Amino acid sequence: MVILLELLTSATWSPYLAGAAIGILSCLAFLLSDRPIGCSTAFVKARGLIGKAVNARKVAAMDYYREIVPQADWALMIIPGVIIGAYISVLLSGQFHLIWVPSLWDQTFGSSPVLRVAVALAGGILLGFGARWAGGCTSGHGINGSIQLSLASMVTACCFFAGGIAVALLLFRVIGGA
Amino acid sequence: MTLASIRSDYRLQVVLGLLVGICFGFLLQKGGVTDYNVIEGQLLLTDFTVLKVMLSAVMVGMVGFHLLKHFGYVRSHAAEGSWGANVIGGLIFGAGFALLGYCPGTVAGAVGTGALDALVGGMLGMLIGAGIFAELYPKLQKTILERVPFPAVTVPEFLHLNLWIVIVLMEACMLGFLLVLEYLGL
Repeated sequence: MVILLELLTSATWSPYLAGAAIGILSCLAFLLSDRPIGCSTAFVKARGLIGKAVNARKVAAMDYYREIVPQADWALMIIPGVIIGAYISVLLSGQFHLIWVPSLWDQTFGSSPVLRVAVALAGGILLGFGARWAGGCTSGHGINGSIQLSLASMVTACCFFAGGIAVALLLFRVIGGA
Repeated sequence: MTLASIRSDYRLQVVLGLLVGICFGFLLQKGGVTDYNVIEGQLLLTDFTVLKVMLSAVMVGMVGFHLLKHFGYVRSHAAEGSWGANVIGGLIFGAGFALLGYCPGTVAGAVGTGALDALVGGMLGMLIGAGIFAELYPKLQKTILERVPFPAVTVPEFLHLNLWIVIVLMEACMLGFLLVLEYLGL
């Protein structure tokens, strides 16, 4: 009981413990919902729902929203769930902090929230676009596709990191000069 | 209640999706990967927490999934990929991953920890990016996405090896990689 309480309130766990628990959670999702845990589908569904509120006929006519139907279902609920879960975690450990600029960014590019949010927005657009282009994200391909030994998922995960490492080094080591 | 009845119950699945999301977000935060510094540190190769979390999830999940599949409780969702979809899409994702410093799941987790750059920049950007893809999808589908398909759906099919041999080899490779990381003090 005491150990459990300590675990729930500690700021971080061993990455191996958290990872192993995510592996078990993934198996439960396959078992109970017949689904891989993925996070990028939710953004398509949410975007489709926003689009429907503005112009329902246009969304209804788009091929992509026929394949990924904009509705509040399992795949959409993952994202509000993740927000709540992470919030519960920091609430228990007393680590909730509102920040605009993360410290690693601040050290290289300064404390301007405008610059940070502008780059984050550009990154978010590429991330959302690329995730749908590749058909999944770090979770859908990287963890749950790899679990299923999917060749496409493992190749995709390698490309996430190859592209990510190249651009991060360019951004911080070349442009930032750190 | 049978598995089939649980899976076909729409309202139950909505609740399960939320619960799975809550557990996932909780574990991502406890694993340390909802932190921009940790993710960008992984891409700068100075902090290997992201790979430690991912590989241990895959190590546990791979055995669990294939045992469940062996006994008929789960089915594979692995689909055929292509250079056009998976490699190009993966590299675009990578560029966004580095600029944003979060991925689609951890960006939501970061919002839960109070990261406003993840909310105003990241989540808004992802909605825009997903919308642009939906607009371009018919054109991309016809021109690029199905270009140069991969020769196999799964790794055992690709290598022409028995499933369980591949699992043992994969587990050994991942364990070896993690041991090397620990040995190097990364």
